[in-house]
Amino acid sequence: MPLKRLRQNISAAFYRHGLLCASYPVPIILFTSASILTCCYPLLKLPLPGTGPVEFTTGVRDYSIPSHESPGDLSERPDWYQGPPVAYIQQVLVKAAVSPWDNSLVPVDVFRSPLGRVFSVLEEIRNHVYTDRSLEALCLQVTDLLPGLRRMQAVLPEHGCLLVSPGNYWQNRRDLFDADPDLLKTVHQHEPKGLHTSATLKDLLFGVPGKQTGVSLYNKKRVVTYTITIALSSYDARFVASLRARLKQLHPSANCTLREDHMVHVHFKEEIGIAELIPLVTTYIILFAYIYFSTRKIDMVKSKWGLALAAVVTVLSSLLMSVGLCTLFGLTPTLNGGEIFPYLVVVIGLENVLVLTKSVVSTPVDLEVKLRIAQGLSNESWSIMKNMATELCIILIGYFTFVPAIQEFCLFAVVGLVSDFFLQMFFFTTVLSIDIRRMELADLNRRLPAEAGMPPPKPGPLRPRETPPPPRPSPHTITLQAPAFRNLRLPKRLRVVYFLARTRLAQRIIMVGTVIWIGILVYTDPAGLRTLLAAQVSEQSPLGEAGLPPHLGVAPVFPGRDPTSTLSVLPAPEPTPLPENQSQGHRAARPEVVPVSSPQITWGPEDEELWRRLSFRHWPALFSYYNITLAKRYISILPVIPVTLHLSPQEAIDTRHPQDTHHAPPPSIKTSDLQADLTLYKVAALGLFAGVVLVLLLFCLYRVLCPRNYGQNGVPHGRRRRGDLPCDEYGYSPPISEISPLLLRGHSMDIECLASDGMLLASCCLARQIRVWDAQTGDCLTVIPNNGLRRSSSSGCWEHRDGWDHIGACEAENIFPIRRRTTPARPALFGDQPDLTPLIDTNFGSLPPSQTLSSSGFDFGGLVEKAYQEHETSPTLAFPPSPPASQQRRRSLGDQPVLPPELPPQNNGDWDSSVWAMELRGNLIATGRSSGKLELWDAVEGSLRCSNEDGVSGITALAFLNNRIVAARLNGSLDFFTVEITKPLGLLQYRGPPGRGSLPPSPCYSSEDVISCQLTRSVQCAHQKQITVLKAAAGRVVTGSQDHTVRVYRLEDSCCLFTLQGHSGGITAIYIDQTMVLASGGQDGTICVWDVLTGSRVSHVYGHRGDVTSLVCTTSCIISSGLDDLICIWDRSTGIKLYSIQQEVGCGASLGVISESLLVTGGQGCVSFWDLNYGDLLQTVYLGQSSEGQSVRQLLVLDNAAIVCDFGNELSLVYVPSVLEKLD
Amino acid sequence: MRRGPYISMITNRTMNVLIRAAMLFMVGVFLALVLNLLQVQRNVTLFPPDVISSIFSSAWWVPPCCGTAAALIGLLYPCMDRRLGEPHKLKREWSNVMRCVAVFVGINHASAKVDFANNVQLSLTLAALSVGLWWTFDRSRSGFGLGVVIAILATLATQLLVYNGVFQYTSPDFLYIRSWLPCIFFAGVITVGNIGRQLALYEYKVSQEKTHQD
Repeated sequence: MPLKRLRQNISAAFYRHGLLCASYPVPIILFTSASILTCCYPLLKLPLPGTGPVEFTTGVRDYSIPSHESPGDLSERPDWYQGPPVAYIQQVLVKAAVSPWDNSLVPVDVFRSPLGRVFSVLEEIRNHVYTDRSLEALCLQVTDLLPGLRRMQAVLPEHGCLLVSPGNYWQNRRDLFDADPDLLKTVHQHEPKGLHTSATLKDLLFGVPGKQTGVSLYNKKRVVTYTITIALSSYDARFVASLRARLKQLHPSANCTLREDHMVHVHFKEEIGIAELIPLVTTYIILFAYIYFSTRKIDMVKSKWGLALAAVVTVLSSLLMSVGLCTLFGLTPTLNGGEIFPYLVVVIGLENVLVLTKSVVSTPVDLEVKLRIAQGLSNESWSIMKNMATELCIILIGYFTFVPAIQEFCLFAVVGLVSDFFLQMFFFTTVLSIDIRRMELADLNRRLPAEAGMPPPKPGPLRPRETPPPPRPSPHTITLQAPAFRNLRLPKRLRVVYFLARTRLAQRIIMVGTVIWIGILVYTDPAGLRTLLAAQVSEQSPLGEAGLPPHLGVAPVFPGRDPTSTLSVLPAPEPTPLPENQSQGHRAARPEVVPVSSPQITWGPEDEELWRRLSFRHWPALFSYYNITLAKRYISILPVIPVTLHLSPQEAIDTRHPQDTHHAPPPSIKTSDLQADLTLYKVAALGLFAGVVLVLLLFCLYRVLCPRNYGQNGVPHGRRRRGDLPCDEYGYSPPISEISPLLLRGHSMDIECLASDGMLLASCCLARQIRVWDAQTGDCLTVIPNNGLRRSSSSGCWEHRDGWDHIGACEAENIFPIRRRTTPARPALFGDQPDLTPLIDTNFGSLPPSQTLSSSGFDFGGLVEKAYQEHETSPTLAFPPSPPASQQRRRSLGDQPVLPPELPPQNNGDWDSSVWAMELRGNLIATGRSSGKLELWDAVEGSLRCSNEDGVSGITALAFLNNRIVAARLNGSLDFFTVEITKPLGLLQYRGPPGRGSLPPSPCYSSEDVISCQLTRSVQCAHQKQITVLKAAAGRVVTGSQDHTVRVYRLEDSCCLFTLQGHSGGITAIYIDQTMVLASGGQDGTICVWDVLTGSRVSHVYGHRGDVTSLVCTTSCIISSGLDDLICIWDRSTGIKLYSIQQEVGCGASLGVISESLLVTGGQGCVSFWDLNYGDLLQTVYLGQSSEGQSVRQLLVLDNAAIVCDFGNELSLVYVPSVLEKLD
Repeated sequence: MRRGPYISMITNRTMNVLIRAAMLFMVGVFLALVLNLLQVQRNVTLFPPDVISSIFSSAWWVPPCCGTAAALIGLLYPCMDRRLGEPHKLKREWSNVMRCVAVFVGINHASAKVDFANNVQLSLTLAALSVGLWWTFDRSRSGFGLGVVIAILATLATQLLVYNGVFQYTSPDFLYIRSWLPCIFFAGVITVGNIGRQLALYEYKVSQEKTHQD
């Protein structure tokens, strides 16, 4: 009980909330935006995600190891600057050159002897002792290399000081160096072959970017630069100072103005490698797939994309809010936000949003927007609250696992859930209300032209619901919008392909891929792009960030390569006067300007922090070889010690290897310049190749997924009117499969009756001509020549023309099966004019010569008058089962004062009365005439086989089952006839064209049979009023009448089994099939489903405003159409309306079910195919270009998945190929 | 009668099964690669060192095995549903399947990345998560049963593999393997079964129409 009250309270609260949201959308959206921004404000303080190292500079003089406790004071100290660093890096930067340069020297001399000097410098460093402290005691001792790096074992130090220099290539042994015939090969043999993203061995050992080492055969500058890198585990200022002094003393560097007072601490973040990136990317892909599949379900709103965006914004901003709130309350996120984010989205989910949308959309359309929102909200309130409570419970359980990571996740999730709820309630609901209002406005605009005379609806809160609806009664159902209405149910794979094509996904992926590629290139910097960019940036903005020492990091673009520029000393602007700036005077000491460009060693500010030019992975890579991680730790880089070496040419010649002179520089050796270029080319080629492969892959994918060549055999678009192209919401017209109607022509007037047994097709027009067609090919087989009557021109009497009453004549006329494409276009200027074309007989050749000779001109008056007469009744013609109108019309036609006495009795048929009902079984056509006469014709030969004139009242409906014919008459009586055949033996039976399908179970008659038709029983007062519908199946005959009742008879003994009462109007439609399903619809708009065995009513639904015009059942549902232009689909077992389709005004009411899920309806000059499962329009087939005024009144579904419909004076045979494919 | 290539492809039973198996295989391979990457990062599993250098960071035979298993399981689930005559009713939509996959990846993520106090806690949490996954996305008894059976079989197989020294776990706590492995297997079976059922939905629809036509 309290639960129920709680529920009511929640519902009421939600209702009020919905009203609030829909009433004040703009203030509420502003409010939510403001609150989102407020909650996200703390996020500004969080560091931006990134893995680049962070620097902090301190002075060398007063350096002490930072303490562990939090900085507290002087807040410029970053919080990672605590405790000792992993290592102190001391670099000794050696610049060596052979000078003066001598033309007798070979290119190898540029670097061989300078490199050779590394060993002596190394020796010096190793042996340096300052007050009993040696390097061995201070340096960082390393152990084994990682097991995977065996090939580096020879190069990198193990079990000792971490001291790397180019000498490591030769195990720090001078003798190995001297014995090495090809130094470059030794250096390059360790380089990785492909594209490298991390620091290479050459970088590690040389300690300067590969290009600046100068170790190449094409080094025009002839200066070799390398470093000796020492990693110290503890910092002894005096030892370092003494080492510096010693080296400077030994190898004095002239004009060296490097600053030596700054120590840079570099902090490394946790690195995200590709290995960690892939799962992350995967989770994001899954996340986006989830969002895509979820938002795709949003339907029936004005802007699908807008709402989907709103949903995503809701979820994302709720997450941001939760992170912001958590930060605000001191919960610093330790989890990697990017990693848990997808899971949070999945936990929070988009379900609530979808449920809300669905609920609001499914409220009645005729309500006011405010009320709709409120009602939708309150409908779903309980489930939303329940879900939220469940989720909170689950998260609470998760919280009690007491695992810190999970606890933190849960905390975030709770805050995220709450803020998501808040946003759903305020933000999304409001957006939804705006959307619904827009849709309503659009609806209004759409309908406005139709009701132009109506006063515009008041914009006030209360719309005049009490006023009777305008001429078009406002529909009960949701009127689908035009685009959604034309929604196509395409196969999923096609949708995917369309999606790809529509968003140009392939191109975009390639573009994004290229951009990412370039980004990676710039980031990892294989070609020096980054320095270039950095240099340009630094030129534009002279002062960098506060953390960096001013103007230290970046050098001007590629220090000049040409030897002349080296002569000019670099300008080196010095804004901060340096304390140890003592070397200015020494510059004059070296004025040796040699005409042969002699190498000159210069020291510029760019040499101070040469390590900045290295890859940012340089240090992590070096330490990771010894399984030391720098992630979340820092190293301190001490100022470099400059060493200048000048070598005499003689020394260079002495150190030559014997092979150096006589091997010319082989072209295969890559210089570093060339290598960089090559890398660039390789990358470009690889990128191009990848792009091409991607395109090919997508193309193949498309071919595989889309085997049919839709584009090639497509039909020219002129066929279909442009505006009526059914388009899906993706803007794609469907693949036009070849549904081309086959037009059967020959009737001169509108077709009245249509009957088929699957093989043959019989039609009868107002001119009382019966034509028999082959239902497969559309050939006209027989014309039962009642239309030979022509009003002769002058005499006014009827003449019978018997010239073209047989098959041969039919074919000679060349007017039947013509593809519609070839028909001449007829301008549809006057839609309200009667169609006079059937009256124009252009077939002069077939006229008897006497006729043409004697005629003195046609009198069109009578014909035109008749056509107008027809035209006036045509609105009611749209609904053939509507009995009073059509009957009246038929009678009026039948009563025409024709019947000339000199009618030639070619067949003794009844020519004066019109055909009101017709049935076809086997090859017998049964016709019921207005005179009450029942005739049986041979469909093939066109001869009258027998006739019965027992009744006098006109036959309104016929049923022909097995060998029984049931005829319903105008006066309400029901006659049962038996057809008896006395069959001569041994005769073949004609069954249409041979080789087609299976035989229907109906009996066959051959032309030699003697057929008689006898009235077996006549039920005189079957109904009180005229019988309107007669259906027979499964041994039962069901009649519906104007007297509101349905009666069920047994066919064998014509005994009335039940009288079914339940309708409050005349019966207009009945459906019965082999499975004894009986459904009836009446003028009151109700549909009843009956149990034929017991006569009880199974269900009774109110379906339509106005008559139910036709009814069809499938195994699962009932489809009804009514005068209100609605097609409703009901669940057969429960009687619940599944959905309804609003058709255009004046659409025909004809229906047919082709397969379990394919519905076909007739419309204005077209037939439409619908997917019954979803209610989507599959395709509309236009029967003719000139078909505006003609609506399809009768529609028959044949066994071979073809449909036949009448359409003016033409018949149209439409094959449905897709169904044919499914059939077998 | 003539049939279009697509329709015949869909309605052709063996073809359909083949397509589904191929798709499931790919899903399995993909998940195996990604999830293995997660495990390798944290040095949970150790493969012989020379394969580590490759980007896929696991032995070559792992993804195909997982793919085959995924194909088998994904075909087995709808087949079992049909045999037992109780079709899976619970929210059969792709968004739900995606959610399921995301949760599965999350469980793997948790097993590899979250530091738990002890192994029992980790295993219990993962077991609870796996059962929660089943409850949220499956809820069929047959699915649960099949999941448990396959999880047990897979655990046994892994034990044998490790016993024979094909690979090893860094800190085994359940004979030779980690105790959370059965939970992961169970969750994986549920996930793949979910995908398989969703894929089978298409064939089911088409064949239903076909039987009606017949």
